[in-house]
Amino acid sequence: MAFISVFEVIGPNMVGPSSSHTAGAASIARLAGKMLHRKIKKIDFILYGSFAQTYKGHGTDRALLGGIMGFETDDVRIRDSFEIAEKEGIEFSFSPNTVETDVHPNTVDMLIEDISGQKLTVRGESLGGGKVKLTKINGVKVHFTGEYHALIVIHKDHPGVISKVTDVFGKQHVNIAFLRVYRETKGGDAYMIIESDEEITKNAVDEIEKNPFVRETMLIRR
Amino acid sequence: MDFNTAEELLELCNKENKPISSVMRLREIVYGELDANEVEIRMKKSLGIMRNSAHEPLKTIMRSMGGMIGGEASKLEKRRIEGKSICGNVLTKALIYSQAVLEVNASMGVIVAAPTAGSAGVLPAVLFALEEEFGLSEETVMNGLFTAGAIGCLLMKNASVSGAEAGCQAEIGSAAAMASAAAVEMMGGTPEQCLDAAAITISNMLGLVCDPIAGLVEMPCQSRNAAGASNALTSAEMALAGIKAAVPFSEMADSMYRVGKGLPSELRETALGGCAATPTGCALKCKIFGGCN
Ligand code: SF4
Repeated sequence: MAFISVFEVIGPNMVGPSSSHTAGAASIARLAGKMLHRKIKKIDFILYGSFAQTYKGHGTDRALLGGIMGFETDDVRIRDSFEIAEKEGIEFSFSPNTVETDVHPNTVDMLIEDISGQKLTVRGESLGGGKVKLTKINGVKVHFTGEYHALIVIHKDHPGVISKVTDVFGKQHVNIAFLRVYRETKGGDAYMIIESDEEITKNAVDEIEKNPFVRETMLIRR
Repeated sequence: MDFNTAEELLELCNKENKPISSVMRLREIVYGELDANEVEIRMKKSLGIMRNSAHEPLKTIMRSMGGMIGGEASKLEKRRIEGKSICGNVLTKALIYSQAVLEVNASMGVIVAAPTAGSAGVLPAVLFALEEEFGLSEETVMNGLFTAGAIGCLLMKNASVSGAEAGCQAEIGSAAAMASAAAVEMMGGTPEQCLDAAAITISNMLGLVCDPIAGLVEMPCQSRNAAGASNALTSAEMALAGIKAAVPFSEMADSMYRVGKGLPSELRETALGGCAATPTGCALKCKIFGGCN
């Protein structure tokens, strides 16, 4: 049985009112925010299931917006995230989608555009008790919880890329805890998610980026 | 040092001749990511947040997001100060603090989920009522937190602490079981008595459904926290008097889980049954979210 820390029982410390609808929402967006390289310009949140029904009363909207700006679940600024985002010049919108029902009850899609115009789409699910996972990045199905240090490598699906990338980890003495590869179509874009107990060094990332098949990397600190 | 069942926990306590809180601390240091000092610091921080959330609404009235609750703690406190309370100081204070934490939670203030946000008032209520009325040290209160954590851990492993999965008995019921064990240890009871108190609490709250009006963590959640706190004190008193639980903790945890799984989905956080489905509950929902004729 997996270890359950006392702080998972007495915790999380959080802005109320709901661990799934508020704390979980903040965590999902915060995780997505860590994937960005530049400041955010515009974000549209599409809410599904119970998120769509009750987001206003649970402050899910404020929590999502606070999360994308990097606020932790117990950061009181979440309450004022609308005003803070406006001051930062971030455009934002929330649209409930009550038509699609074959999704997890607490699901959100985040359509993000950074100041350089680069776009990123991330889907997250709030699983209860503040636990979350990201299930889609740019439409590709993934499974990512942010519980470890992680590197997301977007690369062309090509023989040998994976071993080249893991080689770098070996040389830099960073231990890989989990490695998962996702792809949409053969030979298309693939997503490699590498998770590690230790922090992944900038050196390792630079080395990996030299690989001609690697299109982009996202370094995510726990 | 880890345990998966109440029996294993008790065996560890007896073997080491230590209270539940000590075993829980050791377990955290051995298997968790923090060292002994960091564990204490982090728990002290949680205790500070709990303390603040239990007292803040007595100074400032908080407005909840849905507008269904606010000011309950102050009303109770006023009666207590006037000497009119029929419950005595320990229970009345527990009721006050339980209400206060839910007011903070519902107005997007900072709380510690214990084990969930909806049930976050129960544990602080019991801890601070006993601390103040019996002049307990902060160390004793910290012990209470770790003991509560051990019970919650057992319930997460062997049952559920989610209203969506197993009803309010799994949220408020679990919080109350945790608080009752904490109360027993803080008042000098044995590990056996802690588990007896927790088992009695679960049996007394068995079957409680999750039915939040308008789907919001306001009502009946807030008054359920008062019920959880008083249930916790009741079972702690019984266990400390030497009354044994009829059914041991492990079996009660299992039973709670089965009962929860047997609840129809209307009574598991969907806000389609219980209080939420009453004419008044539906009217409140319309008022808050609109869209009704
Ligand atoms: S009624 Fe449901 S939401 Fe409210 S405290 Fe109980 S379990 Fe939580």
